[in-house]
Amino acid sequence: MTAPGIELVGVRAAYGRIDVLRGVDLVVPAGSVFALLGPNGAGKSTTLRVISGRMRPRAGCVHIAGVHVNGTPPARLARAGLCSVPEGRGIFPNLTVSDNLRMATYRGGLSFSDVRDTAFERFPALSDRRTQLAGTLSGGEQQMLALARALTTNPAVLLLDEISMGLAPLIVAELYEVVARLAREGITILIVEQFARVALPVADFAGIMTQGRIQVVGEPADVEAALSEAYLGAV
Amino acid sequence: MQDLLAFTIVGIVSGSIYAIAASGLVVTYTTSGVFNFAHGAIGMVAAFLYWQVKVDWGWGTWPALILVLGVFAPLFGLFIERVLMRPLAGKPTGVSLVVTVGLLVLLYGIASRVWPGTETRRVAEFLQDTRFQVAGVSVSAHQVIVLVVTVAVAAGLRLVLFRSRAGVAMRAVVDNPELAILNGALPERVSQLAWVLGSVMASLAGVLIAPGRSYNHLFLTLLVVNGYAAAILGRLRSLPLTFVGALLLGTGEAYLIGYSQRFSFGEGVLGTNGVLAELLPVLPTVFLFAVIVALPQTRLQVAKLAGGRVLRVPAMPQTLWRGACFVAMAALATALLSPTQLFNASTGLVVAMVMLSLVVLVGYSGQISLCQFTFVGIGASVMGKFFGSGSLLGLVAATLAAAAFGALVALPALRLRDIYLALATVAFALFGERLLFDHPKVFDRGATLSFERPALLGIDLENGKALFIFLAACFAAMAVLVLAVRRGPLGRRLAAMNDSPAACVTLGLNLIGTKVTVFALSAGMAGFAGALFGMLRTSVSANDFVLLVSLNTFLLAMIGGITTVTGALIGGMALPLLDTDLQGLFIGAGAILISRLPNGFAGVLYGLPARLRRPPGLGEPRLGGDTTAPVTPPLPERVPA
Repeated sequence: MTAPGIELVGVRAAYGRIDVLRGVDLVVPAGSVFALLGPNGAGKSTTLRVISGRMRPRAGCVHIAGVHVNGTPPARLARAGLCSVPEGRGIFPNLTVSDNLRMATYRGGLSFSDVRDTAFERFPALSDRRTQLAGTLSGGEQQMLALARALTTNPAVLLLDEISMGLAPLIVAELYEVVARLAREGITILIVEQFARVALPVADFAGIMTQGRIQVVGEPADVEAALSEAYLGAV
Repeated sequence: MQDLLAFTIVGIVSGSIYAIAASGLVVTYTTSGVFNFAHGAIGMVAAFLYWQVKVDWGWGTWPALILVLGVFAPLFGLFIERVLMRPLAGKPTGVSLVVTVGLLVLLYGIASRVWPGTETRRVAEFLQDTRFQVAGVSVSAHQVIVLVVTVAVAAGLRLVLFRSRAGVAMRAVVDNPELAILNGALPERVSQLAWVLGSVMASLAGVLIAPGRSYNHLFLTLLVVNGYAAAILGRLRSLPLTFVGALLLGTGEAYLIGYSQRFSFGEGVLGTNGVLAELLPVLPTVFLFAVIVALPQTRLQVAKLAGGRVLRVPAMPQTLWRGACFVAMAALATALLSPTQLFNASTGLVVAMVMLSLVVLVGYSGQISLCQFTFVGIGASVMGKFFGSGSLLGLVAATLAAAAFGALVALPALRLRDIYLALATVAFALFGERLLFDHPKVFDRGATLSFERPALLGIDLENGKALFIFLAACFAAMAVLVLAVRRGPLGRRLAAMNDSPAACVTLGLNLIGTKVTVFALSAGMAGFAGALFGMLRTSVSANDFVLLVSLNTFLLAMIGGITTVTGALIGGMALPLLDTDLQGLFIGAGAILISRLPNGFAGVLYGLPARLRRPPGLGEPRLGGDTTAPVTPPLPERVPA
C-alpha cells in the first residue's frame, strides 16, 4: 500500500495567541480527491497554509507522500510538485498571461514551451490573450489561468482554496470539470470549499471542519447529510 | 546645422547616462517596491572609488572597472538587500523612504570624509585623444563607448526582464510575493538580483559620467535627480519611456548649454548669462516637477494599519503647565551654559521649531516634505530683506510668505502620495536652492543677508540669554499650538486623512482644503522659525537652506520621533550637538537604525516606564501593525507638552 498523498497528524497552529487548528487529523489517500467543507473561520484555509509550508504548525506532523515536511520552505515544496492555488485568484495580475505561465516552470524539468503549449491547448481562450495582463481577464479566465498551472506542471499534490468564489455557476461547473480531469490523472487533490454542492460530486471523500478540528469524515453522500448539523449545530 | 548635430550628440550621450541611472532605479523599484533615494549616492561613491583605484593607486582602467563594477557594486547591492531592505518587508512606504534617504546622507557623509572636497580630482576619458569625424562633427571615443554601453544595457535589461524566468519572477514577486513562493520562486534571490542590478547600473552611470570633469560630491549624487525625472516619465515602471525621458532631458540640456552662449535673450533674471543659462541648473527639476504634476491622480487609499502606536495627547491645562515649566527651565539653564553652548542650544531650539512643523505635516497627517528648509529660507529671506532691523511685523510677514509657498507646494500634493510627493518636494527644494535663493533679490548668489536682533517688549534680544529664553518661549508656544491642533477638529481631520483618504471622501471631508491647510500651516511654522533663525545667526546665506539640510532635518526629526513634540525637541537639540564632520554618518546611520520605530526615540522614552512595569516575556504591546500579533490592550502612553 502506498503512503497517503497528504497526511496530517494532530496538527495545531495559531496566529499569535489565537489557536486556529486544534488537532487536525486528515488522511487523503494518494490519487484521491478530498473535499474539506465548513463554515467561515473553521480553519480550512489555515490547514492549506500549513500543508503548503506557508505556516509552521505548533505541534503535530505533516506528511506529503509519506515524507515528513514540517518546516520545509514553501518554495521547495512547490518545486517538488506541491501545487497550491491560494484563495482569491492565483495569478499575477500585472504580468501577461505568458509570463504567468512562465512562472509555472519553477517545477523541475519543465520547459516554458511545453507549459505554454499544454495550457493553450486546454484553454484556447487564454491563447488569444497571451500578451494581455492577467489582471484584465475575466474572473473565470483568471481562475482558468491559475488552474493551468496545475494542469501543466504535473503536480503530485494539488491544493485548491475556494476556487468558486465570486464566479458564476456555469464557470464554476467548468472549473470543476478541469478538477475532475486532474483527478482522473491520479493527482491527490485537497479542495477547500464553502459551497458543498459544487465540490462533493468530484470528491472521493469529504470532511467537515468546525472550530479547528475535522469533525466528520466519510463518503460525500454521508457528509452532505451531516452538513446542516455541522453548520447550524445539532437540531 | 553642424552645431545642432554636435549639440544633439552631446545631448544623446549625457541622456544615455541618465538612462542607465534611471533604468537601475526602475529595476529596483519595480521589483522591490522601494524607491531608492540613495541611487545617485551609490553612483557617486562608485565614481570616487574608480578614481581611487585608477588614478590614486594607479592600477589602470581595466582593473579599476572590474573592481568597481564587478566587485564593489554587486557586493554593495547585496549588502543593501540583506542588511537594509530585507527587514523592511511589509513595512509602510514611509519606512523605506527614511532608510534610503538615510543611506543617501550616510554615503554622502562617508564620501566627503574619505575623499575631502579640498582636493581636485579628475579621471581621463576612455581612450582619450581618439576622435572620429561624423558628418563633420568630431566625436570622442568616450562618447561612442557610452552609446554602445547604453544600447547594450537596454538590450540586456529587455532580455533579462522579459525573456528570462528570473526577470519574470522579479516582476511576479512585486505582484504577489506569496503566490510567487507557491510557484517555487525564492523572493530573497529575486530581490538580491534586483538590488545587484540597481547598484551596478548606478555605479556604471557614475563611472561613465565622471571622466572629463572635476569631481564634485553633490553634482554626482544629484545626477540622479535627472534619472528620477526620466524614471518618473515612465511612471517608474516602463523602461522604454524612461529611456525616452532620459534622452529628452539630455538633449534639452545640451541645447540649453549650446545655444545659451549664442542667444542670451537679454540680461536674464540673474544678470550675467542670460535666461537660457539660468534655466540650465533647474531644467531637471522643472522637468521632474512637470512630469509629476502631469501624473494621473493616485487612487485614494483605503484604511491601512499605520503600525504606529497611537500616543495619548495631553490635555490643554497639562500642556500649558508643562510649557511654562519648559520656559522656566530654559531661564535657569542660561545661568549654567557658556555663550557658545547657549548659541548651540538656541540653534537647537530653532531647528526644533522646524521639526514641530514636520510633526504637524508628517507625523499627524502622513504627508511628506523633504523641502522644509526651503520654507525656512523663504522666512529668513523675507525677514532679512524687508525687516532686517528686526520687527514683529517681520515675523508675521515671514510666516505668511512661507505659508503661501507651502500652499503652492500643496498643489501637487493633492494628487500625490508617498514617493511621488517626496520627489515633488525634492524638486521644490532644488528649485529653491538653484534659482530662488540665487536670485539677487533674495540672497544674491552666495552673498549673506544680515539681520539685527530687535528689542521686543522692552527686552533686548542682543543679549544671548534673553534671546535663548525668547526662543524657548516661542518653542513652547508653538508646541501648545501644535498640540491644540492635534486635539481640535483639524487634528481629527488630519488623522482621518492619514488613516484612510478614501473613507474621508465618503464622509464628505474636503481633502483638498485639509491638505492645503496643513501644508500652509507647516510651511508657515517653518517660515516663522526661519525668521528666528536669521535673528539668531545675524547673517545667513543660501547655503544654509540647501536640500541636504532639509534631508538631514527630516531624518533627525524621524530619529527624535516625528509624532511628538518631545521628538521634535530631541531631534532639534541633537543637530548642533553633532560634530559637523561626522554629521552625515550619525544622521544617516541613526535614521536607518530607528526607521522601524514609528515614534522614534521619543516613543522609546515613553515606552520605558511601561516596559519596566511589565513582567518579562510578554513582549511589546501593539496596536495595529502585525495583524497576526496577539491582541493585548495597549498600555496608555503619555505625550509631553
